[in-house]
Amino acid sequence: MDKQIAGVTVQVNEEGYMTNFSEWNQQIGTELAKEANIDMTPRHWEVITYLQTEFRNDVPLSIRKIGKSGVVDIKEFYALFPNAPLKTSSKIAGIPKPASCI
Amino acid sequence: MANHLRHHLEADLWEIDIIDERTEHHYQPGYLFLPFDIYTPEDIIKPIKDFIPRGVNLINDSIDRVMPAENYVQMVNGDRLRYDLLIVATGAKIAPEEIEGMKGEAWQKSVFDFYTFDGALALRNKLREWEGGKLVVHITEMPIKCPVAPLEFAFLADSYFKDKKMRDKVEITYVTPMSGAFTKPKATAALEHLLDEKHIKIESDFAIERVDNEQKMIVDYGGREIPFDLLVTVPTNKGDEVMARSGMGDDLNYVPTNKATLQSKNWENVFVIGDATNIAASKAGSVAHFEAEILTENILHYIKGEPMKDEFDGHANCFIETGGGKALLIDFNYTHEPVEGTFPFPGIGPLRLLKESRMNHMGKLAFRWVYWNMLLKGVHIPFVSSNMSEAGKHYD
Repeated sequence: MDKQIAGVTVQVNEEGYMTNFSEWNQQIGTELAKEANIDMTPRHWEVITYLQTEFRNDVPLSIRKIGKSGVVDIKEFYALFPNAPLKTSSKIAGIPKPASCI
Repeated sequence: MANHLRHHLEADLWEIDIIDERTEHHYQPGYLFLPFDIYTPEDIIKPIKDFIPRGVNLINDSIDRVMPAENYVQMVNGDRLRYDLLIVATGAKIAPEEIEGMKGEAWQKSVFDFYTFDGALALRNKLREWEGGKLVVHITEMPIKCPVAPLEFAFLADSYFKDKKMRDKVEITYVTPMSGAFTKPKATAALEHLLDEKHIKIESDFAIERVDNEQKMIVDYGGREIPFDLLVTVPTNKGDEVMARSGMGDDLNYVPTNKATLQSKNWENVFVIGDATNIAASKAGSVAHFEAEILTENILHYIKGEPMKDEFDGHANCFIETGGGKALLIDFNYTHEPVEGTFPFPGIGPLRLLKESRMNHMGKLAFRWVYWNMLLKGVHIPFVSSNMSEAGKHYD
């Protein structure tokens, strides 16, 4: 479905995850973060950039993997993106909901 | 696999060995029933040698490591077993030591697992004398073997305490790292409805950091605390350590595998089946069964130098015990979520998908017989194909 955000139209699924990563830009990320009540800081963006790099390399993401990435530990990951950090950060990053759960 | 391949490969050309360090084979789905005194240990354990087909050797010994680049298996006793083709079926195991405090002083006193025979038996003894309180059923992290087993445990616990006339003394909470009871929307809705009906509280998005043995609670990375009197947890599941020692596993010791052909991504004469793979299919016994039929064909193609079939679709078929002599059935694959419908005959059943019924429960109990007498022997289950059928299923 279509979603109007940061002055453009992007494709999202029913849970609000972007379905076309090429449509993402930092303004959209900032707006998506606001919807989750998060004010983005440089530290937030470092994590988002890491997630996007992994996504481009087809590496499936999990909380465990992020904790071992050296980019951020799990405690800080929770502090940056409270409650469900992997889902929230994936949504902001414009990448699909993590599919680690079967 | 040995059964299938012995049938297809000429005896004078191919020697087939099975290496297993255990002498007993466990019917792992039975662990779920052991704590509730539904099955006895004898129901779920049989000697492995009873299931070795004629023309196949059983080597009852431990592997030190596999040397995939050199095509041999190094045994702990010093033997080297050369192979032309290797099938890895080393499975997945629990690793409670991954979480701080999980295997602490309360382990098997008030913190239990039921994914091992010892754990399920210790829990049975605990439940026999437990007087009630807060029961927390918990999943540490995904993926796990049989993702529906913890839900079934919660449902069966509800039923068990009702039968013991003490349901009012037990508060059951279901704690999951996922955002709902299951990952796929339709099954989640159906299962959450059942949890609600049985007065089982659900706590979702809980990523456990530690078990506090002193204060008897689990704590997540966000600081959420859930108190328990009895914690039944599914610890982190990992592939076998032998895959780590062999340099063949990923960060959870699962072997990177082509999800459609089941060939190892790194060594062309290594194939992987069941929980040992890293593929995004359910880690359930039914998956291994469906994989076996396709893997057999692919191995035969490989031997003849023919292209393999990119065929495995992630098919899984799971009964979900819901207590009170009823069960649900789900049938799904990589791309199709579980939905309502009839199985295996479209429109007829007799089994009903995603709906509770007594017939489904009979199916689950009958499955133990099917396992020992058909699955282990490589006999095809009539009317159930390796690839999932969309017929009889109610997709939108």
